[in-house]
Amino acid sequence: MPNNAVGLSRRGLFQQAGVAVTVASTAAQANEADIPPWTLEQGQPVTDVPYGTPSGFEKSVMRRTRETPLFPTAASMLTPLQDLDGIITPNGLHYIRNHAGTPTIDPDRHRLLVHGLVDRPLSFGMDDLMRFPSVSRIHFLECSGNSGQYKTGQYKADATVQHTHGLLSCAEWTGVRLSDVLAEAGLKPGAAWILAEGADAAALTRSIPVAKALDDAILAYSQNGERLRPEQGYPLRLFLPGFEGNANVKWLRRLKVGDQPFQTRWETSKYTSLMPDGVARQFNFTMEVKSVITRPSPGRGLRHPGFCEVTGLAWSGHGRIMRVEVSTDGGGSWQDAALDGPILPKCLTRFRLPWSWTGGPASFQSRATDETGEVQPTRERLLASRGPNYYYHYNAIQTWAMAPGGEVKLAV
Amino acid sequence: MQFNLLLLAVLGLAVTPAMAEPPHGGFGRPATPAEIAVADIDVRADGAGAPPGRGSVAEGEALYASTCAACHGDKGQKPMSPALRLTGGRGTLTTPSAVLTVGSYWPYATTLFDYIRRAMPFQAPQSLSADQVYALTAYVLRLNDIVPDGTVLDADTLPKVRMPNRDGFVRNPDG
Repeated sequence: MPNNAVGLSRRGLFQQAGVAVTVASTAAQANEADIPPWTLEQGQPVTDVPYGTPSGFEKSVMRRTRETPLFPTAASMLTPLQDLDGIITPNGLHYIRNHAGTPTIDPDRHRLLVHGLVDRPLSFGMDDLMRFPSVSRIHFLECSGNSGQYKTGQYKADATVQHTHGLLSCAEWTGVRLSDVLAEAGLKPGAAWILAEGADAAALTRSIPVAKALDDAILAYSQNGERLRPEQGYPLRLFLPGFEGNANVKWLRRLKVGDQPFQTRWETSKYTSLMPDGVARQFNFTMEVKSVITRPSPGRGLRHPGFCEVTGLAWSGHGRIMRVEVSTDGGGSWQDAALDGPILPKCLTRFRLPWSWTGGPASFQSRATDETGEVQPTRERLLASRGPNYYYHYNAIQTWAMAPGGEVKLAV
Repeated sequence: MQFNLLLLAVLGLAVTPAMAEPPHGGFGRPATPAEIAVADIDVRADGAGAPPGRGSVAEGEALYASTCAACHGDKGQKPMSPALRLTGGRGTLTTPSAVLTVGSYWPYATTLFDYIRRAMPFQAPQSLSADQVYALTAYVLRLNDIVPDGTVLDADTLPKVRMPNRDGFVRNPDG
């Protein structure tokens, strides 16, 4: 619609100015009665593209960072949720949060060591791991700091859903069940925690409960059908469905089984949540129920009164999304949105609400409920319960404010 | 599995629990002591994994000035960014603007040793000797008034350091 509108107005301009529109003019100036040039000649040779990339007209669809990082290797890149459809994040747009850059790892030299409280300490090459039965599962991954800056009110005025919620992606992950690998090594009595360690320059470590390892944990080597991207842990990462991003250790090189948590830096000084009484919550793994409207959203406002599809994403680390309600009047009234199936556990769920815009102001909100009955909280309720120092796991209802002209901005 | 047991029985071999096959028929290979030793660098809160070696506050002070101060600030003062702050913040955890540092927040001294050992210095991780890591740990604890001058840390004394916020954490039901 908007493109047609632009084309019509340009043609009108040319006609008023008496400019002759010929076949030789650029595509933007072409008469609509003309056959477009791409129909009149052969396109790019098919065999020129061994690995495809998006159309050159989609260059604005890219990962972005919130701000220039102090150290370029300890930084994050956010997924452009406002530009994506469905639930799957293309591999080149999956969010990144690295603490020591992206290592270049030769898969033939990469090994996974499994030791500690096991009957048989084992060393696996990638070819060994690929001999195990494989599983493929679609799950979201969310950084525990996603939307965290919003709490502190540090976003710029032109922040988009990419800046507020873009540390969130979703992919089909393929790999080996961690329970199978642990069975191969044999857990000894008393095994309760597993230290997972990365092979990057941060050698990042997190302690994972054995119960999670035996439940649905995957040692993933593929993402959306192809091998992991380097920035996602190539050639091997831990994948813990529903758990905060940093626990899904990338470039996984070691699993050490113990009888207690190892108290690493990332589970003590970082990724813990300080409560108002001065006590901090530790091992706060599961990402809580959350949703956000991706369109309309800042930078994706409305131009034409009438039909508008309000759409977005909902997810919960506790299981399936059961319900998403949408408000266009700032929470005064709510309507149930339709949920795209299949609704998978610990996975993004796309929701849609047909809506008619009269041209006036609006205030968009979405509110998700998961299968445990947990309802996404309001910002006020969340901040009241957690106090001023709680940064991670921010899952409050997000408000987008739309002005009468259709422009949408982040609202607190 | 059944077939394998049958085969072993046919061959007249004794089957004992110790010889029971892993579920998938032996993927991977036994880890060698040498490869475990080079990879097994973690130090747990109870001191398990702390390597031989020793380092003093004084040794750490010199090393800190040449290796750490550029980012973390001279004597821990004026770091490049608030996230790199190592000292201060005691008494702020119940205020609206808590300052989380080694001194105010970290519950275990072993974590400091483990993190320096695996990830610092930023431009050359895993380049320090165990002696150097003990020394830097001692110095950063000294900067926070957690240990006195003259402190020497080793595998025995490191886990005995009592951090000010040792009891400041509760475990989420997830854990």
